[in-house]
Amino acid sequence: MNQHTTTLLVIGGGPGGYIAAIRAGQLGIPTTLVEAGELGGTCLNVGCIPSKALIHAAEEFEKASHYASGSALGISVQAPRIDIGQTVLWKDGIVGRLTGGVAALLKKSGVRVVKGWANIVDGKTVEVLRDGESPQRIGCEHMLLATGSHATELPFMPFGGQVISATEALSPKTVPGKLVVVGAGYIGLELGIAYAKLGAQVHVVEAQERILPAYDAELTRPVGIALKGLGIETHLGCSVLGLGEQGGSVRIRNAAGEESALAADQVLVAVGRRPNTRGFGLEKLRIDMDGHFIKVDDQCRTSMRDVWAIGDVTGEPLLAHRAMAQGEMVAEIISGKRRHFSPAAIAAVCFTDPEVVVVGATPQQARAQGMDCIEALFPFAANGRAMSLESKDGFVRVVARRDNHLVVGWQAVGKAVSELSAAFAQSIEMGATLEDVAGTIHAHPTLGEAIQEAALRALGHALHI
Amino acid sequence: MGIHVIKMPDIGEGIAEVELVMWHVKVGDAVTEDMILADVMTDKATIEIPSPVHGTVAMLGCAAGQVMAVGADLIHIEVEGAGNLKPQAGGAAPAAHPAPVPAAAEAKAAVPEPAKPVAPAVSSAPPAPHETQAVAARVAREPGARPLASPAVRKRAWDMGVELQFVHGSGPAGRIQHADLDAYVARGVQGAPSSAAGGYREVHTEQTIPLIGLRRKIAQKMQESKRRIPHFSYVEEIDVTELENLRVRLNEQWGKERGKLTVLPLLARALVVALRQFPQMNARFDDDAGVVTQYGAVHLGVATQTDAGLMVSVMRHAEARDMWSCAAEIARLADAARTGKATRDELSGSTITISSLGALGGIVTTPVINHPEVAIIGVNKIVERPMVRQGGLVVRKMMNLSSSFDHRVVDGMHAAQFIQAIRTLLECPAMLFVE
Repeated sequence: MNQHTTTLLVIGGGPGGYIAAIRAGQLGIPTTLVEAGELGGTCLNVGCIPSKALIHAAEEFEKASHYASGSALGISVQAPRIDIGQTVLWKDGIVGRLTGGVAALLKKSGVRVVKGWANIVDGKTVEVLRDGESPQRIGCEHMLLATGSHATELPFMPFGGQVISATEALSPKTVPGKLVVVGAGYIGLELGIAYAKLGAQVHVVEAQERILPAYDAELTRPVGIALKGLGIETHLGCSVLGLGEQGGSVRIRNAAGEESALAADQVLVAVGRRPNTRGFGLEKLRIDMDGHFIKVDDQCRTSMRDVWAIGDVTGEPLLAHRAMAQGEMVAEIISGKRRHFSPAAIAAVCFTDPEVVVVGATPQQARAQGMDCIEALFPFAANGRAMSLESKDGFVRVVARRDNHLVVGWQAVGKAVSELSAAFAQSIEMGATLEDVAGTIHAHPTLGEAIQEAALRALGHALHI
Repeated sequence: MGIHVIKMPDIGEGIAEVELVMWHVKVGDAVTEDMILADVMTDKATIEIPSPVHGTVAMLGCAAGQVMAVGADLIHIEVEGAGNLKPQAGGAAPAAHPAPVPAAAEAKAAVPEPAKPVAPAVSSAPPAPHETQAVAARVAREPGARPLASPAVRKRAWDMGVELQFVHGSGPAGRIQHADLDAYVARGVQGAPSSAAGGYREVHTEQTIPLIGLRRKIAQKMQESKRRIPHFSYVEEIDVTELENLRVRLNEQWGKERGKLTVLPLLARALVVALRQFPQMNARFDDDAGVVTQYGAVHLGVATQTDAGLMVSVMRHAEARDMWSCAAEIARLADAARTGKATRDELSGSTITISSLGALGGIVTTPVINHPEVAIIGVNKIVERPMVRQGGLVVRKMMNLSSSFDHRVVDGMHAAQFIQAIRTLLECPAMLFVE
């Protein structure tokens, strides 16, 4: 049997795993990374990056289609067409460049990458299986579990055929005429909107009474309005019963108990993600779990010594940037540094149209914590840059403690607000007060001015409203 | 319920700003008529501001240590009835949301009002800029309350093995800064010195002490004096053997009844007598107006060390006092200054000043003139020295006088003659009493 030993063994080459491996390599820790699929994990291959590529293509196409029917800007085009096959090729090109880049970075950091499926033998040993090759046994001092998550399947409507997950939705061969999206969370809405822009007739079914139920109603209202504008029909408070008898439809039941069928060429199920905890021998370690997730402390240690876990497999929020920060931290701890995972806030971005950003506490969350807080909202309707981008819907909202004006949360909805997340997260991590933000000159004309104005408004003296 | 506003009173002639030294009350306290609300300081006098009404404190006009304009709102007291605060234009009830700190204080961002946070306290230490000990002290946060610090500070704390949970944050909203971390580490995690043998170890402590209260006044006055006045100093040695003999004899004879004499009342007497000849030394120079005022009365300033710092108490009409009266008055004033009971009159209006460090007097000092006076006489210690007298060595009690003069209005020759006149009087003490 092929055999080698290393100091750090990383299982999973997603954003958490590859960052941990690169940082460990930089710190001189002998590191091996095992990945069964492509480097980059869900994020680079079937998640963040390809979805943003598809969303961008859909937006461009929608814009062109919009111009075809006359534009206030004076631009006119003739009936635009989209070759979705070419779009997917272009997207795959981006993915290829990024995963290739990850491989190069790992190599540069001296990380040994082993392709194959890892099977845990014990807390210090892994067997890697690869088709047509004899298994490879790898011994290690530290084992880092970065196995990620997968789309949740509905038991009565499993993936396959016309029922697809986000993975399949990101590589369409054709644009379906009628798409039913199950789940109005961020994945369902991002893809639902993209497909609507590409020309599909989209229905979104959501069991709860609101779209984006994780966010408050004020924040999601502009998204709801945009859905209507795109002709997307939402079915809120409805549960999905399954596919119709002959296929081609989805049966749903509303809160009143009335059943109906929605015609569907494809059904995208986006009802959440589950951690990858099966199929690689995790159960042999008998480590403590936290529900479906692996239980970790604030240093990402599991209940077994020198076995670490990061990213989606360790719980909410399932976000690539959380996994990356954890991965970097674990590598540094193993190298002997004292570190803890203690972010003040982790930004969450929803790439719908308009986009939604949430960093830190919402007013509701702050109040639930017993905090006496002030909140203030600055609408993009009063922002010159937003007007010049034809996107005056939406706002920036700030939440701060009343006693010392410490900023505890930012929320924004609007075009391109995802880029504001950097300023939001930084102000909270730095412990900024409203006066700090209000006292920072923000460039004019930019969307970012709304950040300063929101802070000024919270202090009672906004200038442009 | 109405609001009664007390404005910062004008407590000294021509003074536009007054420093708020200490609050005796805080927001929410019940106050009764004549209860002392605050101590304010002007020049070198501390004055207590009593409450004219019964009520509840609604707002404090500034934080301790800040300077307020005369006429600014010092305190708002919620009272029964209408109060004296007129509703502002627009009809908004100003009492509804008492601003914790007025605009001026906010602009300085100096001291946030120690409002009680509802949620777990971020900054549990009250703002106390002059209590530097407290700054570096361990701070106990509520369990679960996260210390506020930037990622760089957090990382450095981990690297140093410091729990930020216990580090005081001096920044806005109680944010822990790099300097706070340094201060905490410098103090030692438990506040105990490290166990390095013999105490030979590098010490990296640093304390920032804001100048407030009397110290700020002293700094201003000293700076003003040195900036405005071209000082020159003149030192002469005085043979005080005879003077000391006299003093000892006087104390032996009268000490029990009239009190013990020190050298100071004798020196005061010498000054009074010498100043008859040199009235230009007993003067105040208003250099802005270009006027020197010479005084007939000798209001003798006596520099007095107090716990809070240097003060000059003023013995009025030294020319009208005999030695014992001088001694008693000097003692009384020193005690008043030290206990903070000296009135404004007892701390201002001197025409010439004596500075003495007693046994610590050293050989020479370079006294700083008590502006706008023109001369100051410093007393050095008395020591037995071998002196040459009529060709032979003798042991004499010698004392130096180190004096400084304002060279703009006092010429060197006159200063020398003045000190020589004092010397003559002191070396032949009978002259002190010959009218």
